[in-house]
Amino acid sequence: MSAKIQATMSISTGAESVVTEPTLAARSLRRDYSEEPVIRDLSFELRAGQTLVVLGPNGAGKSTLLRMLATLLRPSGGELSVLGAELPKRAWKARGRIGYLGHEALLYADLTLAEALRFHAELHGVEQFASRIRSLLSQVGLERRADQFVRTLSAGQLQRAAVCRCVLHEPELLLLDEPGAHLDPAGYGTVEPLIGRSSTATRVVVTHDVEGGLADADRALALSANGAVFYEGPASGLSPGDARAIYSERPR
Amino acid sequence: MSAVRVMLVKDLRVELRTLQSLPAMALFAVTTFVIFRFGLDRTSLEGSLAAGVLLVTVLFAALLAINRLFVAERDEGGFDAIRLAPVDPSALFVAKVLALLAYLAILEVIALPVFAAFFLDDATGLLPLAGIMLLLDLGLAATGAVISTIGANSRARDLLTPLVLLPLLIPLMIAAAGATEPLLAAGGPSYADVGQWVLTMALYDLLFVLVGYATYEFLLED
Repeated sequence: MSAKIQATMSISTGAESVVTEPTLAARSLRRDYSEEPVIRDLSFELRAGQTLVVLGPNGAGKSTLLRMLATLLRPSGGELSVLGAELPKRAWKARGRIGYLGHEALLYADLTLAEALRFHAELHGVEQFASRIRSLLSQVGLERRADQFVRTLSAGQLQRAAVCRCVLHEPELLLLDEPGAHLDPAGYGTVEPLIGRSSTATRVVVTHDVEGGLADADRALALSANGAVFYEGPASGLSPGDARAIYSERPR
Repeated sequence: MSAVRVMLVKDLRVELRTLQSLPAMALFAVTTFVIFRFGLDRTSLEGSLAAGVLLVTVLFAALLAINRLFVAERDEGGFDAIRLAPVDPSALFVAKVLALLAYLAILEVIALPVFAAFFLDDATGLLPLAGIMLLLDLGLAATGAVISTIGANSRARDLLTPLVLLPLLIPLMIAAAGATEPLLAAGGPSYADVGQWVLTMALYDLLFVLVGYATYEFLLED
């Protein structure tokens, strides 16, 4: 952990000052694609149990940010710490403690749903995985699809299956990229207890639902179309009206 | 080892279920033997020509599987899934090498008898040839898994994999041909000089297994 990031972690507790590590800490984070910056000069912190909502128009770098936090992309510059592990050097310390729900389900199409989840459970060393898989599938209403091939699932069913995959190993940090995609309200209702506010995990949620996202979050990060930070701070400090201003910019 | 087993079982299960690689490899090999038989207008081959026909056929059949080796990882997010798990990424390399070895062994169980039936007057060289083929398979699998991983992340993957892989395989193929030729010699197998070629193949295999294992984590990075 660098001295610069540690310095930002000092919080006052009356007479003495103690250093506690935030679950996520980014300082001057940058990510380029083909030398063009997608994310630039991004700094934020998130403490255990908090929820960060990430808002921004298409191409603002929201998914890129999530992939960096998930250890799947290397930062091009700046400092990034996830679950106390400095990335990219110590990514191995964070892996296995992160639940990542991206645009792809990360489930092999030619396995049955139960086989695909078992694959992930075994890789993550989940004990009693059969009962864990049964329980999760039951919670999201897919228990009767367990023996169905993943490739035959509808988009909504696949998203619910991906949520099961994401929380299978009971991660400390949930990185959710538009978790409501493809889900009707009833479908979202089934996954909400697993990835919503009631889950005890620290969460980073990318969403286009400005009102819902801000209401659900402790902190907010709004990115402009050019990848610059429009707002970073408490979610209560950003009104939905102000947040919508970032969507009026021309998308990249 | 557990991660290797999980990934290998997944690969074998998917292959048994979809039959995307093995039937194509076997059909390619048998068809190629038919073409050689009529193209060369020979019912019997021996020595370097027999070795050439057999090894080139196995090499190009292997390319079919190598090209498809990481299709699911690329298209269905398998690379991400493995990188998110608390496992050594090299486990994927080991699992893929073992999967390719299994495919090539099955291919050869089918192709060698067909080759013998089409071209060999004396099949006594086939048994020692199995050992040569095993060393060849390991080299093809280790080198193929490394290059296929690099190719999987490229847009020109269908071109890149064979273009990069074939030059790298030249030393292995030269050694395999050198070891195979005396085993398929007219009048029965001879073992002169086989040892030095076997040693060359073993060193090649060791080198690429070690290189693949040591560098695989970096190959999977973005």
